[in-house]
Amino acid sequence: MTRTRPHSRGLPLLSSATAATVVAALSLAFFYAPLDRDQGVIQKIFYIHVPLAIVSLCGFIAGGVMAIRHLRTGDRSWDMRSYVAIHLSIVFAVGTLVTGSIWAKASWGHWWVWSEPVLVSFLIVFLLYCCYQPLRFSIEDPERQARYASVFAVTAGAFVPVNFLAVRLATQHVHPRVLSQSGSLPGPMLLTFLVSLAGVALLWATLWKLELSLKSSRMSLKRLRARLEAPDEVEAPVPEVAVR
Amino acid sequence: MTTVLASASGHYVAAAYVVFVALILLYLVIIAVRAQRTERELRELSALAEKRPR
Repeated sequence: MTRTRPHSRGLPLLSSATAATVVAALSLAFFYAPLDRDQGVIQKIFYIHVPLAIVSLCGFIAGGVMAIRHLRTGDRSWDMRSYVAIHLSIVFAVGTLVTGSIWAKASWGHWWVWSEPVLVSFLIVFLLYCCYQPLRFSIEDPERQARYASVFAVTAGAFVPVNFLAVRLATQHVHPRVLSQSGSLPGPMLLTFLVSLAGVALLWATLWKLELSLKSSRMSLKRLRARLEAPDEVEAPVPEVAVR
Repeated sequence: MTTVLASASGHYVAAAYVVFVALILLYLVIIAVRAQRTERELRELSALAEKRPR
């Protein structure tokens, strides 16, 4: 039986750091950051919406990088890491879309603006990654499943920064460009934003480790079951593939 | 916090943060259900291992 790496190592410490940072971010957002002159209290959505968007996009890219490692080394654990990263980033992307829609309704009077490249491009990335799971689980052979999923993750992961740059070059934009204008955020707002970004990034890392640890345990159980149910026969190896 | 909730658009801000918290909680519930299933399977395997002749 192959030894699984302890994915849960450092999880309690990471969870504590996440809880502390998220609490600090919320406290800063509601009690420290000043009200925006133009948008007023609605701007507080920024401290959750933008970090969610950044972390989900970085998560998609991270999933692609992990998939490259899987394709290069053939180590299935990298495929599982990539799968969990993409899966979690989809959840964060849902959060981005919903909080963004709420902000759009409060700020522009519409839940969605189809002429805005930033919104539409994010939706395209989200829909692209929504195809990942159906594609993955439509393939039964574990070897092919992992390989095809990795190729998808690498291709889609490369599309994310390209898409981001294409949108930056677009002329029409209603959506605020916070990070492009260095120094545009006042100090307290910037501090709150950075703490929020750290909090959401740590939350992503904690949930990623948690799910990975659970999936790893389920794989170990599967192997154990295979050994116990067929003790006299030659042990059939259970491949390390993503389990739903 | 009071300023946010008291303002006319405060409910939008509250809704955005509630969505975030709800999403994370839902995710944790799903993880908890899977952890429970894993625990149940582990119990089944322990019983199976005990029944096995040594």
